[in-house]
Amino acid sequence: MEIVLSLGIGVFAASGIWLMLRPRTFQVVLGISLLSYAVNLFIFAMGRLTVGAPPVLGAGADIVSVDDPVPQALVLTALVIGFALTALFLVVLLAARGITGSDHVDGREPHQAEPNPENPHP
Amino acid sequence: MPPHLLLATAAILPFLGSVVAICLPGHARNAAAIVAGFVMVTCLSCIGLLYPAVAGPDPVIWTVDWLPTLGVRFVLRLDGLSWLFAVLVLGIGALVVLYARYYMAEADPVPRLFSYFLAFVGAMLGIVLSGNLIQLFVFWELTSIVSFLLIGYWSDNASARDGARMALTITAAGGLCLFVGLVLIGQIVGSYDLSVVLASGDAIRNSPLYLPALVLVLAGALTKSAQFPFHIWLPRAMAAPTPISAYLHSATMVKAGIFLMIRFWPVLADTEAWYWIVGTAGMITMLVGAWSAIFQHDLKGLLAYSTISHLGLITLLLGLDSPLAVVAAIFHTVNHATFKASLFMAVGIIDHETGTRDMRRLSGLWRAMPYTATLAMVAAAAMAGVPLLNGFLSKEMFLAEAVDNADGHLLNLALPVLATLASAFTMLYSVRFIRQAFFGPAPHDLPHAPHEPVRWMRIPIELLVLVCVAIGLVPNLTIGPLLAGAVRSVLGERTPDYDLAIWHGFNAPLALSVVALLGGIALYVAFGRRINTNPRGGPWLMDRIDGGWLFERTMTGLVNGARRLEAGLGAERLQAQLRILFLTVLLAALVTGVVRGLDLFAPGKTTEFDPAFALMWLVGAACAIGAAERAKYHRLSAAIFVGGAGLVSSLTFLWLSAPDLAVTQILVEIVTTVLLLLGLRWLPKRDAAIPTPAWEKTRSRRRRMIDLGIAAFAGLGLAGLAYAVMTRPAVDGIARWFIEEAYPQAGGRNVVNVLLVDFRAFDTLGEICVLGIVGLTVFALLRRFRPASDSLGPPKQQVNHDAYDDAREGRELGDTTADALLVPRVVMTWLFPFIVLLALHLFLRGHDLPGGGFAAGIALTIAFMLQYMAQGAQWVEERLRIQPISWIGIGLLVSVLVGAGSWLFGRPFLTAYFAYWEPPLLGKVPVASALLFDLGIMVLVVGASALMLVALAHQSLRRTRPAEAGVERAVEKEPA
Repeated sequence: MEIVLSLGIGVFAASGIWLMLRPRTFQVVLGISLLSYAVNLFIFAMGRLTVGAPPVLGAGADIVSVDDPVPQALVLTALVIGFALTALFLVVLLAARGITGSDHVDGREPHQAEPNPENPHP
Repeated sequence: MPPHLLLATAAILPFLGSVVAICLPGHARNAAAIVAGFVMVTCLSCIGLLYPAVAGPDPVIWTVDWLPTLGVRFVLRLDGLSWLFAVLVLGIGALVVLYARYYMAEADPVPRLFSYFLAFVGAMLGIVLSGNLIQLFVFWELTSIVSFLLIGYWSDNASARDGARMALTITAAGGLCLFVGLVLIGQIVGSYDLSVVLASGDAIRNSPLYLPALVLVLAGALTKSAQFPFHIWLPRAMAAPTPISAYLHSATMVKAGIFLMIRFWPVLADTEAWYWIVGTAGMITMLVGAWSAIFQHDLKGLLAYSTISHLGLITLLLGLDSPLAVVAAIFHTVNHATFKASLFMAVGIIDHETGTRDMRRLSGLWRAMPYTATLAMVAAAAMAGVPLLNGFLSKEMFLAEAVDNADGHLLNLALPVLATLASAFTMLYSVRFIRQAFFGPAPHDLPHAPHEPVRWMRIPIELLVLVCVAIGLVPNLTIGPLLAGAVRSVLGERTPDYDLAIWHGFNAPLALSVVALLGGIALYVAFGRRINTNPRGGPWLMDRIDGGWLFERTMTGLVNGARRLEAGLGAERLQAQLRILFLTVLLAALVTGVVRGLDLFAPGKTTEFDPAFALMWLVGAACAIGAAERAKYHRLSAAIFVGGAGLVSSLTFLWLSAPDLAVTQILVEIVTTVLLLLGLRWLPKRDAAIPTPAWEKTRSRRRRMIDLGIAAFAGLGLAGLAYAVMTRPAVDGIARWFIEEAYPQAGGRNVVNVLLVDFRAFDTLGEICVLGIVGLTVFALLRRFRPASDSLGPPKQQVNHDAYDDAREGRELGDTTADALLVPRVVMTWLFPFIVLLALHLFLRGHDLPGGGFAAGIALTIAFMLQYMAQGAQWVEERLRIQPISWIGIGLLVSVLVGAGSWLFGRPFLTAYFAYWEPPLLGKVPVASALLFDLGIMVLVVGASALMLVALAHQSLRRTRPAEAGVERAVEKEPA
């Protein structure tokens, strides 16, 4: 199980980082989503893997073997904040596209205006 | 009123007055002046009433806990010295208010001036009354900041802006040094309490940290009181309105530095280091200031350099390490404040009534304004140290100290000579001021014909000059007891015997005084005319050193250095920046791993391998890679792939005992996907068929290879790290405690939920605030900006439908589309109550079973969202008014109120309460305040996520009905 999950985290993270390095805003938004999955799973895995013992206490249940609730609580808020982040990025993306007319992360197409090394702020 | 109440009133009232004044309309000159005057008089009465309390041996102290855990308390402390300074600050302040009312023009935003002024008074009183070092620093920096506003009051004037900036830069930088110095003193003493610090002089002086602490504290004091070489800010601060100059440079701002040195004299002075630093700085400043003052043609410039010189004199006295010199220093501080304030006001009147301050143009004003001229002459005579005026007394004490200390040190030997020289210079510029401004032929070609000012403008000067004369004639009856009280509070048992009499008989100081007075007059007679026509423009010798130029060079250098650093380290383009960022993180992780000898694959405990789990992750990995590959040209499928990856991670949570996470993840996934789909339509079309230019091809291939390398390496690293952690045995951390105490202490069986809404509720409150802020930001962004035009036309189906409607008789355009997908839409509409029920279910069981406010909130949002998708925004809003912003507000309010509710029971913020209640039929129901808190979370989550979705959905609505103007809702408001 550990080897599978860790490889999965690795693939998610690699895909996410690859996408974040791409020039188009939509790619970056998807990349951030993927990377946040990877990070959430990573944080969650810090509590070690337990199968079939959620930290929900039954009446008189054995409380020794349940999964670590702390990383779970951390990830739970991270999920909601991650959603907010994606929404915000998406709207910024749309606004930037509306203003600049381009969906490049720098707000202009790369071949459009090659920055002049003499005068970086034309 | 009890003493501490009077003290608190005096300390707080100026700030309240400042707030009131800033709220007045811009032309309310009289109202603002009345507010300011009322504040000043009330505070002055409070301080005045405290005089009997201060006369005793113990200071009046009022304490409030501020940061109790750090041992920082808000302490107001009034003793003889602070009483004297407070009276100066408030007394002269009250006169300045009266003066400023008539000085300022009606067109100026006068309430703003009085507001800054009152804030400055408050800050200055704060310094004087502080009984705690940290608090003292806070007020200290506050004076720097407010003086910036005051000096730059006429902000359309470039020299005012520059002067304000320089004053702020120099004094605030000194203030930061002071802060470190005060912290060092606090460390040495072990307390920030001023009374404790003042009682531990020996401990401070014998500490190895003494020298750094001294240098840093003095850096603060000397910059503030404009000592050489930091004096350059003071002449430039003359760009302020004259009433402000009169206040800042007589009784307050610059005197803060003096106050600090006097305050800490008992604990920091009496060492070689103090003597050399303070004494030398004072000596040089006194001479440089007096010398430069001689060559000024601007009256305010003359007063500015004269102020510098007098501050140098006071500093020099404090540097002499003799108790008697401290007496002289305090005495001269008072005298200087009175005569300098009246001189500034007199110069202000001259400027106001003639339109110029240039001494070369002014002449013979005696005829036009005899009254003002007399007052100004008396004040100038006090400044020069003419007998029977207050300046004479303190100058005599200074000369006596100079003579007494003339032994041992080289500095001391030169002291009487240099002191006499400075006095002669003072006499010279005072005589020049009087002679040029008031005597000689009648003035011609002045901007205005000079005349006496309004009666009220002269009253402040009259009172101040009266004080000068009264102190000069009968010092023991006027200033004597006040000075004695101040001196006693500083020196305690070391208080020397001194005599304030006018006549001490024929002695060396008197002789020096006479030499200085006559010498000054002689110098004027000899050189006065040549100073007026000085071809070099500036003071001889000094004009080669331009402090302002040096300052500007330093500032430009700093800015350029920062630019170069930015150019070297920053990147213009986001991709390059991110590449640097990821590479740095990778490198840091690699170095740490190698240095610490991290073994990623050490054998450890693993759980049993499950082929189904592996298969699921095979799908997950394929989804992730697919999303990465498709994101450029096939956005829709990439979004679906990301959704797939999210599903896999949700299933993983479920598999590995985290049902709460699984539920929340899957719900979030739905909402996110809808958001992405809503956004897709405004992105530009991207086609793989468009060829890349050849020159771009190799470059982009190389970039892609590098990125692939970074991504693969980072993925591998994270995988290895995750594996290493997972296979190591868990440390027994805080989890055990939470699991054991969740039920007994919080009455919840779902530990994750209990953590969120009870044990760590404060964190959760922060989280939902973030969520609310993001919701509002999205809303604001979409309100202001208009997305790009649709990149796609209507879908093929809709085109077909419209063609069909067109071709048939009796069908309106859009009739067929309205019926499209009817069954799914009806199903979706009817799902509404069920999803609401599901949300409530998730919410109510959250404390004991997987669920909770977050999950319930998102589920409820999905219920709303489905309605929008099924029927369109217009249909929904005709039937259901969702007001997401109110939801956000209510949610936050409920959470905060639940938290604050525990205060009613005397418990800390967010303490939870719970009990079980057994109503008939329903069974056991938990009644916990945490449930209410969770309700707040749910409401806020609904508000924030619905706000984003609805705002985005309305963007498409806006496109489809461009003609329906006038039916605008708040959501759709056009940018102005």
